[in-house]
Amino acid sequence: MTAEARLLLGQVAVGQSLPELAIDVTPTTVVLGALASRDWRPMHHDYKFATERNGVADIFLNTPNQAAWFERYVTDWAGPRARLGRMKFRMKTSVFPGHRMVFTAIVTAVSTDSAGCGWVSIDVALSVGAAEADPSTYVVASTCEVRLALPDSPTDNPWSRSGEQWIP
Amino acid sequence: MTDLPVAVTSVIGISQYLQIATFDVENSYAYNTLAATENANPLFWDDAVAQELTSGRILPPTTLSLWMRPHYWEPGAEGEQVALQVHFDLKKIFELPEAVMTDNTIIFYEPVRAGDRISNSQVLKSVSGPKTTKLGSGRFWVIDVEFKNQHGALVGIESYTGFGYRRDQEGAAS
Repeated sequence: MTAEARLLLGQVAVGQSLPELAIDVTPTTVVLGALASRDWRPMHHDYKFATERNGVADIFLNTPNQAAWFERYVTDWAGPRARLGRMKFRMKTSVFPGHRMVFTAIVTAVSTDSAGCGWVSIDVALSVGAAEADPSTYVVASTCEVRLALPDSPTDNPWSRSGEQWIP
Repeated sequence: MTDLPVAVTSVIGISQYLQIATFDVENSYAYNTLAATENANPLFWDDAVAQELTSGRILPPTTLSLWMRPHYWEPGAEGEQVALQVHFDLKKIFELPEAVMTDNTIIFYEPVRAGDRISNSQVLKSVSGPKTTKLGSGRFWVIDVEFKNQHGALVGIESYTGFGYRRDQEGAAS
């Protein structure tokens, strides 16, 4: 594996789309994600609690794990030199076992801040539907606005920034 | 005019529940998160990459809140251990048995490394008036959580919007 820059700031333009990522969600996906994030709340592992007490269709993906999925999606595209600055996400409906999660995204801004750090803003959509259903029927379960630092040259490293040089 | 009780208005904007994690940051949780999300980023798997970019291993940024989540059980603890106490305080004050998180903003500062000991504090930013959604009737609230490492360096800020509610159709409780 290599630390070479996979994507440089100059290679990104507003309106650019990220490659789609599709993941079939199982009960294991939900439980593994909840336990990995030390989230012991029963709606993320107990079907009866989720359906009978919370009144939802099944156990569902927890918030920190959704954040981790968004991180994985954007850094798959941008590479290890890319550094997350900020994520803002909104959950509109839950992600349940049996769903297919489809991540799509578009670049909404490319900029350089006052400290000289390059940034891209990305709007990510997480859509869900039955795995066997027509993807055109999927609904957006969550949206995420990501502010991601990218290197502006092969030797630039956003991870080296600290203090006043890091403005997320 | 506000319809909020003093128990709520008196803590808006006030830092509460300063807590220090009871365990050090460890890489095994990075692997759990990476496995759960099938994340192959070499920054978290390859020592040479980590050394070049971050002078050693760091944890995936989105594991930020993980380090302050209490153990499910530990000696001497009674009842359910919860991570975001202000959220549960509000559920109790307003007698709203159910709650969901609707919005989450995370701002990342200094990377978190194995061996770090994280601390955090919670600030209630706002509480809405009564609202009704498809889930039920209740209120929205915004809580900020500030995370620091053992050196006092800011490692991240999380802002949660929660909706505490009572289901309209029957007497569900949690």
